[in-house]
Formats: sequence, C-alpha cells, structure tokens
Amino acid sequence: MTHHQGQTLSWELKYGALELALHHPPCNEIGTAMLAELELFVRALAAAESSASAVIVYSRQAAGFSAGADLRELYANALPLTPAKRSAGVREFLERIHSVLNALDASPLTTIAAVHGVVFGGGFELALACDLIVADKMARFCFPELRLGLVPGFGGIPRLQRDVGNAVVRDLLLTGRSINATKALAVGLASQVAAEGQALCVARAAAAQISKFDRGASAAAKRFLKPIPREELRREIDLFCELFVRPAVMEGLRKFVESTDAHPYLP
Amino acid sequence: MKTIEQTMEEILGLAAQHFKVPREQISASDDFYRKLMNDSLQALELLTRLENHFGIELPDYEVQGVTDFRTLASRIQARL
Repeated sequence: MTHHQGQTLSWELKYGALELALHHPPCNEIGTAMLAELELFVRALAAAESSASAVIVYSRQAAGFSAGADLRELYANALPLTPAKRSAGVREFLERIHSVLNALDASPLTTIAAVHGVVFGGGFELALACDLIVADKMARFCFPELRLGLVPGFGGIPRLQRDVGNAVVRDLLLTGRSINATKALAVGLASQVAAEGQALCVARAAAAQISKFDRGASAAAKRFLKPIPREELRREIDLFCELFVRPAVMEGLRKFVESTDAHPYLP
Repeated sequence: MKTIEQTMEEILGLAAQHFKVPREQISASDDFYRKLMNDSLQALELLTRLENHFGIELPDYEVQGVTDFRTLASRIQARL
C-alpha cells in the first residue's frame, strides 16, 4: 500500500521515498489510535521495500514532531486497574510499540526523521529508531520520564546508548532537561540541522541522494552499522513495567492529566 | 563580554520579535508568562530562540520559575 490517509497519520510514496506524516493533535501523542496506524505503516513499509529507497518520518503539527506517549490515555486506562493488571496492560502496549520501532529500525530502507519543535519522550524514541535525524533549528529533544517516576519505555535508553556517549545519556535521562538542535548535532544525535521550517525539505534532499545507491549495498551497510540492541530493549520493558506499578507514577500522571496547560512540557 | 544591559536589550528585542509585539510594550520587569504566553510550549520556543541567539545552553531547570526578563537576563549572562 503506497498511500494511506489515516486519523493520526498518513503516508505516500513520493519520488522514491515513503513519507510518513504524523498529524494527531495537539502534538502527535502516541496512544492506541496512533499505534494501530503505525502497525499498518510497518506492513506498508515491508511492501514498499522494492519500490522505495528511503523513508521520511515528519510531523504536520505546528507544536512539533511528537510529545511522546499519550499520557492522558495511559492514565485513564490504568486508573481502574489493579497494579498487576496495570503492569500487564502497559506491557502489552510496550511490546506492540517496540515491535513497530524495531521494524522501522531494522528496515532495509534508509530512514530519516525530519523533526521540529517538541521531540519529547516517545517522540524522541521514534526519531531514534530512524537512521538519520534532520533537526529544524527550533527542535527540542527531551526525555522527561523521570518527572513521572518512569524511564523511557519505547526503546529510548538502548537506542540513545547506541548513538551517543554515556555522559550525554546520563545528562538527558537523569536531569530530564531538554536540548536544542545545535546541541543534538554536536553530540551526534542529529545528523543535520535545517533552518526553521526546512527539515522536511532537507530530508527530501538526503532521500534523493540515498536513492542513487544500490539498495542491497545500502541495506548491508545499515545492518553492519546499526545493530539492534534487542536484549537491552527487552530489559527496558521490564524496568518500565516494574516502575509503572509504583503509586508515585499514578500520582505524577494524575498531576499531568489535571494540568490546565495545553502543552505541559516544562518540568 | 556583553553587559547585563546589552543582554537584556537583546532579550527584549528577541521576545518582541518572537511574540510579534512592539518592543516598547515590554520591559525588564514584565512577567512574560502572563503578558506574552499561553502555554509552556511558547516558553520552550523562547528558550530555544534565546539559546540560538546567544550560542549558549540554558537547561530548563535553570529557568524554571523564572517569569521576568530581568532574572532571565541574569541566568543568560551567567552562561555567556
């Protein structure tokens, strides 16, 4: 399927690149609706391997690439459940999102995240599953999970460790601070920085360059350069589920959900 | 090295441009959250614009609770 117009995302094959646009307001929060469509996308991704050479993931939301997991939905689903059922429910969701991100990570196509604005939590993890990150100069990257008493759960820790030095990993995770595109470029998270509003344009230029190469060679290079840290990814799910049942997490989620700020992103 | 007054003037100019308000309508003692912003996303955008302009990193926790331009200028000055 080379074209899909969905509720939370859409994709189309354009000039040899499969472009995935996220458009779920306010800021592409990843809940069950987006997850279901991401699963459809993964099937389309496999089918597009013969017709495309690259994948571009970007957002049509002005606020940014993605604010991460849909915490309001997460809280609403978890609230009526016992801790054991809460853990089982969140594990099922995590297994599904990991399956999507692992497929994107392992795709033989070269994948590019064109990001702007908020690139937080699960949104950051989606970008990290891609081969290249092209960042608008107004992009901001953050793992705010510790504010809720959690760790990233969509594979962020192992993928961050794969890409950057431990000092940066610890700074991002343990302080929960956000960093801008210039810093992301300096530490090796982003590959290129684009002018405001130009990340998609820059990503398309990269995709056009990628399309000139032999697909088999590009796929072999990617497999060699970018092994998937499967064991660490599995351990991250376990750690997330272990932390998720603590009362402090539900209290943190409650405060977030009850915030009157339309974008309660700052610590 | 810039003086704190120069830093302040640049911040006010940037904020006026970012929020599309006349420069003379904002002053150092203004509560910028109340006067210019609707949500924390706008605070993040201003933070990014300030970092890009001054070529510095300003961790979120250093500006947490800061609501006036004067205090913001002192935080930025400490990083120049």
